[in-house]
Amino acid sequence: MTRTLVLVLVAACATAVALGWSLYRWMPRRSPAASPASSVAPSSPAAVVEDGRKIKARLFYVSDDGTRLTSVEREVPYADPTESQARRILDAQFAPVTAPLVSAIPTGTAVRAVFLTPQGTAFVDVSPEIASQHPGGSLNELLTVYTIVQALTTNLPAVTSVQVLVDGKEVDTLAGHLDMKHPLPRADEWVAESATR
Amino acid sequence: MNARSLFTPATRVAVLAFCGLALVLAGHPAGQAPTPTLQLLSREGRRTIPITTSGSQDMLALEDLSRAFQLNVRDDGGAITVGYKGRTIVLTPDQTIASVAGRLISLPVPPTRTDGRWFVPIEFVSRALASIYDARLDLRRTSHLLVIGDLRVPRVTVRLDVAANSARVTLDVVPSANPAIAQQGAARLAVRLDADALDLTLPTVAAGPLVQAIRFADASSIAIDLGPRFSTFKSASLPIDDGLRITIDLATDQPETSPTPTTTAQAPSEPPPLDLIVSSGALRTVVIDAGHGGDDVGAKGVSGTLEKTLSLAVARRVKTVLEARYGVRVVMTRDDDRAVPIESRTALANNNKADLFLSLHANASFRPEASGATVYVATLKDIDLGNQRVGSERMSVFGGGLRTVDIVPWGFAQIPHRAKSEELAQTIVSALMDRVPVAPRALEHAPLRVLESANMPAVLLEMGYLTNAREEAALAGNDLQNALAQAVVDAVGRFRESQLASAQAGR
Repeated sequence: MTRTLVLVLVAACATAVALGWSLYRWMPRRSPAASPASSVAPSSPAAVVEDGRKIKARLFYVSDDGTRLTSVEREVPYADPTESQARRILDAQFAPVTAPLVSAIPTGTAVRAVFLTPQGTAFVDVSPEIASQHPGGSLNELLTVYTIVQALTTNLPAVTSVQVLVDGKEVDTLAGHLDMKHPLPRADEWVAESATR
Repeated sequence: MNARSLFTPATRVAVLAFCGLALVLAGHPAGQAPTPTLQLLSREGRRTIPITTSGSQDMLALEDLSRAFQLNVRDDGGAITVGYKGRTIVLTPDQTIASVAGRLISLPVPPTRTDGRWFVPIEFVSRALASIYDARLDLRRTSHLLVIGDLRVPRVTVRLDVAANSARVTLDVVPSANPAIAQQGAARLAVRLDADALDLTLPTVAAGPLVQAIRFADASSIAIDLGPRFSTFKSASLPIDDGLRITIDLATDQPETSPTPTTTAQAPSEPPPLDLIVSSGALRTVVIDAGHGGDDVGAKGVSGTLEKTLSLAVARRVKTVLEARYGVRVVMTRDDDRAVPIESRTALANNNKADLFLSLHANASFRPEASGATVYVATLKDIDLGNQRVGSERMSVFGGGLRTVDIVPWGFAQIPHRAKSEELAQTIVSALMDRVPVAPRALEHAPLRVLESANMPAVLLEMGYLTNAREEAALAGNDLQNALAQAVVDAVGRFRESQLASAQAGR
């Protein structure tokens, strides 16, 4: 009798643990704050793989003359699937840098979420500092947005275009110039020749 | 019931002469019409419908329209049904959406009921009634005219430019109508257009030695009353965008050498406008967009210069010089410090049928060294249009029939103007190089929102970098601002000449 009770209790505990674990696995995937949820690629229930390995990625900074982007190679944590890898690349891209590098991403801007559609469009949701802390000017706005576009399209063949969302919402422009209502494809003309690939 | 049966028969000549006269009165901006009316003009004659204004909105009484167009109007409490030959328009009180033969259209204001009568906005005629009516209905808002059927009633805008020994009368006729110009005795020049009536706007003319008056003559003619010093005239016609421009140059009998005693009492003539004799080509309206404004200050200079202030200062200078030198109409998207949404800026240019759109900005760079002016053109290749269609299609149009209509997504009206915008940008770059510091990459292509929906050649000028301390100081000063304005005006002049040359070459 006691033995049966113990078995039942053990089974119940195991079920509860399994249920809790699967809830833990699923919750963050099912509650992204951004709009294009319906177009997000179906999330695989497989675990995000982060095993301490690193990949080499090209990150983009403002060129010496201030009119283009230039790329440098950096090690970024490996992650799978592509959405997670995209997130790792952008986290590295958004990290503060020291001279002589100058980043076109305004200080304090963070990545909120990244979604990838089966068609290869990445939606990158970033915190509002990208607009509120932006110094303005057409050129700066172009460099800020194309830093994100190039960081993903250059390093991830599965990403062909990028739309930046601010604080979970689609925006017209960041600083009054660039059309951000549509996904932007890779644009190597905003990168100085020396460094693209 | 069609337009033919609406009016009592009358002799055509007499009726049309009266129409023309009425139109001159209606179209004359100085005319003080005590009660505005809508002139209904058809091949059979003319009648009027009173216009009531509510705020700035022109309204028409539904019962007046019903009488003029033989409509059946039924008010069943919840909706107003307007029937014509089995086709219906359903209006709902307090709603700006109406159903026209099953399709939804929008009106600027909802139908309103006053003293037991229903009033609809004047747009009801063009947006709703025209879709179900048998004959073509062409509503001319500014001249309060409604042309019914296939009557040819071109809009004719007359301008007079007077110089010391010459004068030029310019007639813009839209749509095009062939002119016949003849001198009638010593006192009059008659311009007859191949049209049924004229929708005429005349300038105010002060009697001078060459031209004493310009006036309406009969249904389709305009008379120029000549002054005592008139000797010869020369006329030319040039196709403009959607019509014809007729220029008539009048000359005096002899060049004025020394003033004779009889003319000493006359006030000296005003100096001639700089560009009187060169035709102004197809360039009539230019929209200057001063970037940012209000809460949106744009880029900030290291010493505190704001982009919004600089863009407005230069925009005002450009407007002044452009108007003075070329006599073109300049429309500003803002003339004070206020926020204007991007789409309103382009919409203003599109609604004014501007021939050029020029947006003025000041740049910023993350590197303080960057300097010089840059001209931006829209790249539409960077935009993923998705499933939106681009091309042309045969579509039915108001008044019946099919027409090939170019389909361009609303936000990308710039698509057909890319080549001209590029040409304009190159012209501006070369004009800038003569006068101001220019960036190493002086011409850039980017998906800029304010340019993408402009339905005309459009460029954005970044005048220099506020993040460069030396350039900021220069940009805040008069010299560079004047040089920038002059360069822009030079470029507009060169662009206009090249367009004129292309038009004359028949390209």
